[in-house]
Amino acid sequence: MPAPRTLYDKIWDDHVADQAADGTCLLYIDRHLVHEVTSPQAFEGLRMTGRKVRAPEKTIAVPDHNVPTTLDRANAATMTEDSRIQVEALDKNARDFGVNYYPVSDVRQGIVHIVGPEQGWTLPGMTVVCGDSHTATHGAFGALAHGIGTSEVEHVLATQTLIQKKSKNMKVEITGSLRPGVTAKDITLSVIGATGTAGGTGYVIEYCGQAIRELSMEGRMTVCNMAIEGGARAGIIAPDEKTFAYCLGRPHAPKGAQWEAAVAYWKTLYTDEGAHFDKVLTLKAEDIAPVVTWGTSPEDVLPITGVVPSPSQFEPGKAEAVQRSLDYMGLTPGQKLTDIAIDTVFIGSCTNGRIEDLRAAAAVLKGKKIKAGMRAMVVPGSGLVRAQAEEEGLAQIFLDAGFEWRLAGCSMCLAMNPDQLSPGERCAATSNRNFEGRQGRGGRTHLLSPAMAAAAAITGHLTDIRQMMPEHA
Amino acid sequence: MDKFTKLTGIAAPMPLVNIDTDMIIPKQFLKTIARTGLGKNLFDEMRYTQDGAEIPGFVLNQPAYRKAEILVAGDNFGCGSSREHAPWALLDFGIRAVISTSYADIFYNNCFKNGILPIVLPADQVAILMDDAKKGANARVTIDLESQTVTTSDGQSFPFEVDSHRKHCLLNGLDDIGLTLEKASAIDSFEKKAATLRPWV
Ligand code: SF4
Repeated sequence: MPAPRTLYDKIWDDHVADQAADGTCLLYIDRHLVHEVTSPQAFEGLRMTGRKVRAPEKTIAVPDHNVPTTLDRANAATMTEDSRIQVEALDKNARDFGVNYYPVSDVRQGIVHIVGPEQGWTLPGMTVVCGDSHTATHGAFGALAHGIGTSEVEHVLATQTLIQKKSKNMKVEITGSLRPGVTAKDITLSVIGATGTAGGTGYVIEYCGQAIRELSMEGRMTVCNMAIEGGARAGIIAPDEKTFAYCLGRPHAPKGAQWEAAVAYWKTLYTDEGAHFDKVLTLKAEDIAPVVTWGTSPEDVLPITGVVPSPSQFEPGKAEAVQRSLDYMGLTPGQKLTDIAIDTVFIGSCTNGRIEDLRAAAAVLKGKKIKAGMRAMVVPGSGLVRAQAEEEGLAQIFLDAGFEWRLAGCSMCLAMNPDQLSPGERCAATSNRNFEGRQGRGGRTHLLSPAMAAAAAITGHLTDIRQMMPEHA
Repeated sequence: MDKFTKLTGIAAPMPLVNIDTDMIIPKQFLKTIARTGLGKNLFDEMRYTQDGAEIPGFVLNQPAYRKAEILVAGDNFGCGSSREHAPWALLDFGIRAVISTSYADIFYNNCFKNGILPIVLPADQVAILMDDAKKGANARVTIDLESQTVTTSDGQSFPFEVDSHRKHCLLNGLDDIGLTLEKASAIDSFEKKAATLRPWV
């Protein structure tokens, strides 16, 4: 009998095109997603060497990082000169090299990690790469998905392979069921809080356990999205009936007999009984509370009921970083997290810009108004998410509450477009990074779930969503 | 890609842990379509005030370290985004090697693709090199890739590990794509096999 293998082992084994004596492999890539920021130098490299894109039909490009999300964005003047050059470069490269392309004017345009699954490009058992660290998102489908640098983008364009050494296996199991008010975002932040931002370095994490099985596909994408914040190469979740149901009927999913064959193969994609994991972390779902970040690293996570910690609670090295964080964030040790006043709310990003996220936020906001003076925006993850939210009446709820209702893009997740924080502004954000300056120089970011972001927009300070749920009202 | 064989140079100490790629090169400088010219914005927000004046306390602004070629850094250097602009900015400034206890995965890979050597050493040895770096411009650290050693200014030598394929590429300044294209027939036959096993892909 063959040795039991993990899900990662199986996908890996099915994609090794060549193996050198020292274990270095050429891993075949099934889907290559491309956006405008990390690709221009790669296409330029192809031109300079006279190389072609080996598999344009497996390459999908969409501009997302720079594009304005205001309603007037069709007007080129809404983009700064350098952003426009990058987007135009992608337009030209997509045309010249003949890859699949969703331009800004296409309703299917959006954040690359939302467009891929939505269009059925991302399927179980595939290898998926993109010049973007949050490629981990696609692991929710039981795909091996990870971020690569621009030199590797060029390598994949030219050869449809990546030079890789296998990572180690890590299992993160979430047992039991989540309590009310606790979401996929709280799971993924709590895992990073437990492992630290380097805890997953060198590993591919498989998330499993009852709480993960109970998540929707959207929730699973949220969990895998932030595997990278825990340092992991990728996050992955075994596909099941929910996964197949999500994929069925998507434009690029297989049809008819091919669909049947695909599902039969996908059903073999699970970790065998007794397979070896190099590292295991188990959390009880019941112990996970709604959480927020207080510092400038995603590992700076605490339950919303907590207080700002003191540097003296940390080891030397980290203590300095904590002091620097607190200075930057303008917080004092001992301050209650729920006393932290915020002035900006951002709902969106590849972590939490999907329809379910907008539904969760709208459920909290329905019939309510955001605090006077609050700047709040919802940026749907794709044009199709936006259209669906309009159809479901969510857009009107956001508008009535006082939110701006934007077009799709990365927006204030990384503030490369005009959506930025000013120095000292404090934002409750559903995105994935709270680094210094991430949302604008001097801007302060607290990461949380969409429902918690909506709650904060109403009260004007970080808020325990459980206090706003019906049994408390 | 420039070869990396042996380097004796000034090492700048950056003891902070979790130095992320947003700190190394903030996103406003990612809007370039070229690989060069990012050195002046390396560590921009730590290095300059909002109006562009140098912050004198920042290590690379100090006279001793303006020509640093090596960084000695705290744990988990280069975490965060996949931007290759981070190693491009380091390289454009003149940094050819980094020494730390650990790196984020993508950043670590990206370094090798650009002729930068990221060295992993145990915490106690990084601490010794950090102290050595703090001595300033006269304390030159030597890195020998062939023999896989780092040597402090006072002659203490530490061995380090490096993947043999990456070492070979770095020593010879080889381009990965060229090497892979030599294996085109393996890729062709993989594609044929995959087309029958997983035709929907
Ligand atoms: S939404 Fe944010 S994290 Fe996601 S791809 Fe865009 S910039 Fe990156």
